[in-house]
Amino acid sequence: MDYGVSDPGGNRQYRAIKILLAGGFGVGKTTLVGAVSEIRPLRTEEPLTEGSLRTDSTAGVEGKTTTTVAMDFGRISLRSDLVLYLFGTPGQQRFWFMWDELAIGALGAVVLADTRRLADSFPAIDYFERRQIPFIVALNCFDGARRYDKEDVRLALDLEPDMPIVLCDARSKESAKEVLITLVEHVLMTASEEPLSGIA
Amino acid sequence: MPSNEERWLDAEAGPVVRPYALTQGRTRHTGESFDLVATVMATRTLADPGSLAPEHISVLQLARVPTTVADIASDVDLPLGVVRIILADLRELGLVVIRTPVVMAERIDKHTLREVLNGLRGL
Repeated sequence: MDYGVSDPGGNRQYRAIKILLAGGFGVGKTTLVGAVSEIRPLRTEEPLTEGSLRTDSTAGVEGKTTTTVAMDFGRISLRSDLVLYLFGTPGQQRFWFMWDELAIGALGAVVLADTRRLADSFPAIDYFERRQIPFIVALNCFDGARRYDKEDVRLALDLEPDMPIVLCDARSKESAKEVLITLVEHVLMTASEEPLSGIA
Repeated sequence: MPSNEERWLDAEAGPVVRPYALTQGRTRHTGESFDLVATVMATRTLADPGSLAPEHISVLQLARVPTTVADIASDVDLPLGVVRIILADLRELGLVVIRTPVVMAERIDKHTLREVLNGLRGL
């Protein structure tokens, strides 16, 4: 079998760009990823750390030294050399060790929120604000959920006036696309306000 | 040391080996760490793949075209931690290069952001 490799020196570099999708359990993260991208399962069997040992009961399974975290990610090939990776991140704080890795070098994040359970999105918002990771808030409009005014949500979540909030239907491709476009536009705007670093 | 005799398992047999048994119990990989979307590329043709464990060979085959750590982990259906150790083994053997995505080094430049924006609009 030939293990030939495409010319590593030539052509453009393959660029993989990460976008994080955060939010509480059952808010529609996987639905949104699936609406706009080719969804792929990822198993992360992580060695149990002291932190997770405190929250994961290991009674009866004392020999257990790893914990399995199932995670999905989505791939959107924008061009052959430019691919977006959407990572839905489990909302609970005990998974923050995963977020830390996912967040490094990420383009930005979408916090998906359900107006019936806004408080579930607090940890994610807190996380991105503290690490200065650009993010937007997308309100998944579930059937039967009362529609809230965006500004009420802004107040409830204590968001800056220029922070984009979009209403979306996580099942719709067009809607999910719009969410991602809003994020990239927001990042572009934020970037133009700051002098570009690292350029001589 | 894995031998050819141990390669009778197929996908339908399911995982009969605990994932970290594939790594001889190692839970940390060697060398420099790499991102979930770091690009992996095989460097050369392997004359004698029989010296590698089946999982290492599978990973190596996937890396014949540039691919990411996350994609490989999904394709081989092994936990990410295990795949990382396999990749680091292959790197140590000089069989793959693992390249940090361009965007990791500094903030994503505006040119790339515009490319992403146009790409999304065109979906």
